[in-house]
Amino acid sequence: MTTRSRKQIILAAYVGGVNEHTLWEHPDAGSQIDFSTFRHVAQTAERGRFDYFFLAEGLALRARAGRIFEHDIAGRPDTLPVLAALAAVTSHIGLVGTLNATFNEPYELARQIASLDHLSGGRAGWNVVTSFDAFTGANFRRGGFLPHSERYVRAEETVATIRRLWDSWAEDAIVADKASGEFLADADAGAFVQTSSQFDIAGRFTVPRSPQGRPVIVQAGVSPQGRDFAASTADAIFSPYATLAEGKAFYADIKERAARFGRGPEEIKILPAAGFVLGDSQTDAEEKARHIREQQLTDKTIQVTFEQVWNRDLSAYDPDGPLPDIDPDPEAAPIIQGRAFVFQDRFETVRKWRELADERGLTLRGLAHEVSGKAAYVGTAAQIADQLDAFVQEDGGDGVVIGSHIVPAGLDEFVDQVVPLLQERGSLRTDYESTTLRDNLGLPVPARDAELAGIEAVR
Amino acid sequence: MSSRLRIGVALDGAGWHPAAWREPSSRPAELFSPDYWVDLVRIAEEGLLDFATIEDSLALQSSERSGPDDRTDEVRGRLDALLIAARVSPATSHIGLIPTVTTTHTEPFHVSKAVATLDYTSEGRAGWQVKVSGRADEAAHFGRREHPGTEVSWGDPAFDVLVAELFDEAADAVEVVRRLWDSWEDDAEIRDVATDRFLDADKVHEIDFEGRWFSVRGPSITPRPPQGQPVVAALAHAEVPYRLAARAADVVFVTPTDAAHARAILDDVGAAATAVSREGSPLQVFADIVVFLDERDGESAADRLRRLDAVGRPLTSDARIFTGSASELADVIAEFGALGYDGVRLRPGVLTDDLPRIAGDLGAELRARGLFHDAYEADTLRGLLGLPENIPSRYAAV
Ligand SMILES: Cc1cc2nc3c(=O)[nH]c(=O)nc-3n(C[C@H](O)[C@H](O)[C@H](O)COP(=O)(O)O)c2cc1C
Repeated sequence: MTTRSRKQIILAAYVGGVNEHTLWEHPDAGSQIDFSTFRHVAQTAERGRFDYFFLAEGLALRARAGRIFEHDIAGRPDTLPVLAALAAVTSHIGLVGTLNATFNEPYELARQIASLDHLSGGRAGWNVVTSFDAFTGANFRRGGFLPHSERYVRAEETVATIRRLWDSWAEDAIVADKASGEFLADADAGAFVQTSSQFDIAGRFTVPRSPQGRPVIVQAGVSPQGRDFAASTADAIFSPYATLAEGKAFYADIKERAARFGRGPEEIKILPAAGFVLGDSQTDAEEKARHIREQQLTDKTIQVTFEQVWNRDLSAYDPDGPLPDIDPDPEAAPIIQGRAFVFQDRFETVRKWRELADERGLTLRGLAHEVSGKAAYVGTAAQIADQLDAFVQEDGGDGVVIGSHIVPAGLDEFVDQVVPLLQERGSLRTDYESTTLRDNLGLPVPARDAELAGIEAVR
Repeated sequence: MSSRLRIGVALDGAGWHPAAWREPSSRPAELFSPDYWVDLVRIAEEGLLDFATIEDSLALQSSERSGPDDRTDEVRGRLDALLIAARVSPATSHIGLIPTVTTTHTEPFHVSKAVATLDYTSEGRAGWQVKVSGRADEAAHFGRREHPGTEVSWGDPAFDVLVAELFDEAADAVEVVRRLWDSWEDDAEIRDVATDRFLDADKVHEIDFEGRWFSVRGPSITPRPPQGQPVVAALAHAEVPYRLAARAADVVFVTPTDAAHARAILDDVGAAATAVSREGSPLQVFADIVVFLDERDGESAADRLRRLDAVGRPLTSDARIFTGSASELADVIAEFGALGYDGVRLRPGVLTDDLPRIAGDLGAELRARGLFHDAYEADTLRGLLGLPENIPSRYAAV
């Protein structure tokens, strides 16, 4: 540890909402949809010198047994217009949006993300997700369903195609010389051809090369295929592993996979999602955290959490009683829809949960408190700063993505109290190094693909 | 002053003349920077213009109708119009923002939540200019649908069939988008602690649209936007697009060349509305005019146009090309008003020269005649256009 300089903690912020972690019942809870909410969080994060503001995406409202789920916050805006509007009210923070590779076409996504990069002066990033189901697909022309393996093929080819489009304009394609009348240096600016198993497209791209050349690619997905996709392609990973032990294992695995793809460990940053609860003392913080958990885990939320794994109607089971004595039903139509399934194997998950419940004498409610995502950082500002710094310095990750259970003002106390302590230690910048996201993340600017020179000659 | 005329401006690149970018005032190196667009829309807002449209297309600009050209002496490249509008929205407060979004290749679900979100970021000022894409080169950017391509060209009867289909599909797309905007009733979010219900599921509706080109279940992921129904506009030149506008739009942009033509178009639009049994508020009709305004104590607009035409490709347009003084343009606009037009959409020949004159000289001239407002009288685009502001969701129980 002493031989290397302090790693800089990478911080991202997101607006919670559309989950059971965000408390809509709280007196301080605000809108999850008005623009002022997003502005508040992005500006607060920028004040705290965060690397980026982040938006998740869902393409169908969550439903249970065919009925829209009523108990959690629901409803979100479209990713890209929110980020473009945020570019107007911030100046340095990166703007990263989740956009699904299954339900979008590369030409459109490439021009939208490149447009955001221009409109933000080089602060755009794209979190590539592949989640799908027939339920979500029913909102789209191409319909439902791509099997798990094919979604990653499509995702990989989507990213490759989009990079080609981003590279289709040379840096100096636009001359704009009023005197000579030369606007373009080359009549073929933006020409591209892309043929792959998923796409057979060609033509001219509409957006000139953007400030970052290639906006930053983030990935979220943890299966072996997801990991290889990230290790070969992504600049950053949004992971679910916020404990030091899990974080270190994932970190080591990804950096090793990256090496197999010929990439250095610095070329890919890992950031788990992490919540926090701040208190005046450890006891105070733990008390607050317990209270928040009780509000988050209502009877309905608990029922749905377990129904997602059992894939059965569990409404007859008392949340204060034992676990259901029946097996999961993987064959039935999904009872919970519109929510990414993050548990790997239903039977294995249930087996482990039964073991845990037996060992500790837990009811369904008690188990829910154990297994559904908890705030990773609970304590005083100094304790949280210590833990977070240790997590990053010991390679549990390169930083964290922070949300709060109160929207939109919950991030304020983190920025006011924890950020200065991290800055004092030299683990967090006191000012931005650059106005582009890529620079601030310490990522190299990729060269334009040399292959593309070929197309211009052939056409 | 409900009988005033409405004035919009159409933004595209450096202006509507192919050589606009070469004028001394032009900022061709900044066409892809946010400041350029914010500056333009702010000028329009200072002039109290009702709305700005932003052009877009899924192909690079071209002097050819059917595909790309080889020119290097004109502006090529553009940013996504909806994102420009979103970027501009927090930097402005009253002007309506109407980006073009193509329907042919774009998912209606995506369009619906994107325009709804623009309505949130602008707090009720969003519109959408619907556009179809009939070009083979655009289809090739997506590579996923059969396109008659080069075998069918303008004037060919098979082309008319293609056009009719594209417009029918666009009508379906608008219908889906509108249903999705309505899919959350205004009071769907209840935040009822007693029953632990954030939403009332009975007030969030599947739209279950089944059409020839696509089916969409819904509901939207985005709650009903501030205007309920953002403003839908379309540019139209002939019967098929007039019918699309009459079926699907709130506003139609048309291109009369003179008073007689302007009268005939109003009749045609009226006939289209009858043919499709339009219900609700009448389709608002705006005349598009390409505008070059005289410079005070300087070069006349006509001289300027001649000079620009000599530089490269002369300007040709579907719309009337006006050159002259602000007061002459006010005469033309007043005449459209007298015929029954709701307003005009002006396409500045050179954005950095003609937009400030439209916002300044023309606005003052129209105001002096009592034809234009002297302050924004509404906070939403629907309000500015005089469209009903409280439209209930079609799914709300009566
Ligand atoms: C931390 C994290 C965040 C995610 N966020 C989203 C999201 O916002 N929208 C979405 O559609 N999917 C999201 N996903 C789902 C992933 O894109 C992916 O589809 C899913 O994890 C299954 O892929 P896998 O099998 O590789 O894990 C997220 C996944 C993780 C792990």
